[in-house]
Amino acid sequence: MTTKLFGEPVQRREDLRLITGEGRYLDDLGKDALAAAFVRSPHAHARIRGIDVSGALEVDGLVAVYTWEDLPEGVRDPLPLLIPHPALTHGRTAYPLARDVVRHVGEPVVMVVARDRYLAEDAAALIEVDYEFLKPVVGIEEAVQGVHLVHEDVPGNVGAHLVQEVPSPGGAGAREAVDAAPHVLAFRLDIERSASTPLEGRGVYARWDADDRSLRVYSSTQTSTSVRMAVAAKLGLPLPSVEVIAPDVGGGFGVKIVHPWPEEVLVPWAAMLLGREVKWAEDRREHFISSAHERAQVQHVRVGFDDEGRVLGLDVTILHDHGAYTPYGIIVPIITATQLLGPYRIGAYRVEFSSIYTNTVQVTPYRGAGRPQGVFCMERTMDRIAAHLGLDRTAVRAANFIQPGEFPYDQGLIFQDGRPLIYDSGDYPKSLSMLKELIGWDAFPQAKERAAAEGRRLGIGLACYVEGTGVGPYEGGHVQVTSDGRVHVSTGLTSQGQGHETVFAQIAATELGVPLDRVSVVTGDTRRFGYAVGTFASRAAVMSGNAIALAARKVRDKALRIAAEALEADPRDLEIEDGVVRVAGDPEASISLATVAVLSNPLRYAFDEEAKRATQFAGPASMDRPPVEAGEEPGLEGRDYYSPVRSTFASGMHAAIVETDPDTAEIRILRYAVVHDCGRLINPMIVEGQIHGGVAQGVGGALYERMVYDGHGQLLNASFMDFLMPYATEIPFVETAHLETPSPLNPLGVKGAGEAGVIPVSAVIAAAVEDAEGITVDRMPISPSELYELRRATAP
Amino acid sequence: MGEKLHEIRLTVNGVPRETRVPGRRLLSDCLRHDLGLTGTHVGCEHGVCGCCTVLLDGEPVRSCLTFAVTVDGREITTVEGLREPDGSLSPVQRAFSESHALQCGFCTPGFLCTVTALLRDNPAPSDDEVVEGISGNLCRCTGYQNIVKAVHRASELMGEAEGRS
Repeated sequence: MTTKLFGEPVQRREDLRLITGEGRYLDDLGKDALAAAFVRSPHAHARIRGIDVSGALEVDGLVAVYTWEDLPEGVRDPLPLLIPHPALTHGRTAYPLARDVVRHVGEPVVMVVARDRYLAEDAAALIEVDYEFLKPVVGIEEAVQGVHLVHEDVPGNVGAHLVQEVPSPGGAGAREAVDAAPHVLAFRLDIERSASTPLEGRGVYARWDADDRSLRVYSSTQTSTSVRMAVAAKLGLPLPSVEVIAPDVGGGFGVKIVHPWPEEVLVPWAAMLLGREVKWAEDRREHFISSAHERAQVQHVRVGFDDEGRVLGLDVTILHDHGAYTPYGIIVPIITATQLLGPYRIGAYRVEFSSIYTNTVQVTPYRGAGRPQGVFCMERTMDRIAAHLGLDRTAVRAANFIQPGEFPYDQGLIFQDGRPLIYDSGDYPKSLSMLKELIGWDAFPQAKERAAAEGRRLGIGLACYVEGTGVGPYEGGHVQVTSDGRVHVSTGLTSQGQGHETVFAQIAATELGVPLDRVSVVTGDTRRFGYAVGTFASRAAVMSGNAIALAARKVRDKALRIAAEALEADPRDLEIEDGVVRVAGDPEASISLATVAVLSNPLRYAFDEEAKRATQFAGPASMDRPPVEAGEEPGLEGRDYYSPVRSTFASGMHAAIVETDPDTAEIRILRYAVVHDCGRLINPMIVEGQIHGGVAQGVGGALYERMVYDGHGQLLNASFMDFLMPYATEIPFVETAHLETPSPLNPLGVKGAGEAGVIPVSAVIAAAVEDAEGITVDRMPISPSELYELRRATAP
Repeated sequence: MGEKLHEIRLTVNGVPRETRVPGRRLLSDCLRHDLGLTGTHVGCEHGVCGCCTVLLDGEPVRSCLTFAVTVDGREITTVEGLREPDGSLSPVQRAFSESHALQCGFCTPGFLCTVTALLRDNPAPSDDEVVEGISGNLCRCTGYQNIVKAVHRASELMGEAEGRS
């Protein structure tokens, strides 16, 4: 009997190798490869006057030293601007090695290749770069003054500027609607920088095969297919001569979707040039100063609303700090701008953002990708409306919800994928009632009062979000049943711990009717699947999950056709269970999928006993038809693609109870509750794991993590000693409840769950601290000393 | 001229090993790159993340803060050596998988070594003792909830195993 696998908390298939030390991460490969190290700029903004490499030449084991001048055409060009947009009028990307000017601390200037990493770093330390200091531009508000420029040819430091406006049903503009509303509030919100900080940094390892002129690149990336195309283009190699593989990847969270990194171009180039294997594994300081950050925004909000708290007009202006370069375009601020509306129907909305250059590390998506900022803005707004009107915070939200009968709901905006922002499904009122129940919202005031009587300060907060997930353009899946009955599934997108090997196997096993242990899954290996986009935007389950289901259905159809012929039955009477095709109701008439696979491939040569069944003299065959009929292919395999018309929209609501210490201002999270709707669940255990991890990152962003730049553009906390990533001692127990409103947009009805956990956390904690303290919280993260200062500043 | 090399002898996962390393070679690099035991991971190289935790004469240490030459003659257990003598998974390894206590798996070897020592010293820890016991290891994926659960589960599995023997 085949167990129902879709929807079950199946144990992960990737675990065994990872708990026994047999995982293969980037730096576990290439034992004998040469090592690369980089000389990186110690200055935030400077002109390079000269580079003296002579000191390095003394180092025993040195193989090569390269500066920008040494790079050939293609390799020396600026890195690609991955996602162009008409509003990005002044997009700029870095050179793989700095040419003339460095624009942030950590920008690579010289590449060193040596026998091992110790020696490469020795050599790098002996290279002297002569810099002429330029004025660094640090902080979004200094940058918008435009007095000093990050790029000489970008006036005002403005990379992009975009306005989107949705008038009210009556045709009023947002500003007009705000002004005409019975109540108006205006305020400013601030969010600081954080970063993905996966525990494995970036890394790349390249092997050039001089005999067949082919290149194999391993990269700790979220997109191997796109790295492949970029590397082939940069190095001028034919695409079929380049393969890129993402091995086990030690976390991504967004930072590894950016590509090609300078190192992803330079390491393969050096491997080709030297005819030797070359590897670079990023160290922790490099990751802090040379990869990417996210989050920092300043938001100016004006909101008009009626006596029930219904928002009649919302006018938001966002200043987005995108650092020194814009390889990922305006994806982060455009997501903030469009996802800000959450589960609400807003009267009229206007959003304007400016994406601003500063002499800091570039900003590209980090789990949530602009949504945490948008949710912070909307949810702080809802709380302010409730406070102004003296209404319960959940009542104000409920008054603004899109109702279950209103889907598909068109928000009237253009989303990050260039397509209309139309919500597919959801049930926000139910979600809210589940959350109130889970956290005990209605009973909290009494608990708060009792605590107050003991001198303790408790507060409760909540926040709601809608997350556009599963963005296109497409993913594909390939499913092959081999003559041993095993099922081989591949898809091009990559994995960084999400459990894809398990959930994709669940999908294929369910569709095909085979036991799970017969299915194996490969992701992120261009040798197995060449067409893909990548892993980001909570899209893997939606995109590859559906593509694999569609491919498996093709295989199933073909298996039934072949089996029907062999069993002399009608394909409609057949079922597949436990890897065996049977005539329903006739247990005698059956054939294994393994045998069907043998029969699917007409043979001249038998390689084993089973294969004899498919050879040319084996049995009766029609002499009027060719062995492989027109429109058919040999083999029991199928390939299909899933390309959605637009994104799915997952949603959720979180609530927390916090306690603040009256003396030390320490903030403790006593309870944390999550109601989550990602459509149909493929594996609830894995979805919960994703939520737990997301909430933990959210708590980090709300209470502990920030990138501290000084006025010179030095990142002062570029280590795990000083950047306070939470340990187990800081993370609360997360209570979860699931709501499943299937997506009507895809065959599996799934929506995606990867990022959800992190999105509303800063808004939730801000609300809870505000409730505990009775002090407005308008910037995150908030540390005990900041809360202490807030208390002092607001004390009567 | 090359660096001066020092001959060291270690017992790693019960197997005597000899290698020659420069004085500055980190134990983590020695294990990973000289002895080929890449299960020990390096996440920060400044002793904060705990990915590189191995057992040195049974006690958890940061192998990225230890020079290989300083542990000449000592016994080391890495994640590759955590299986039971019969080759089956240890209770801690089983519990991590059962409880979905790992996602990307990069921090996992450090947690497994840490928890193995923790439960040896305190076979039935309280919730607070578990959290305290793993509070020197960073995980960016799981939010720790399932790791805490796994430690309790491992304790349970060890108890069952002892009950039987």
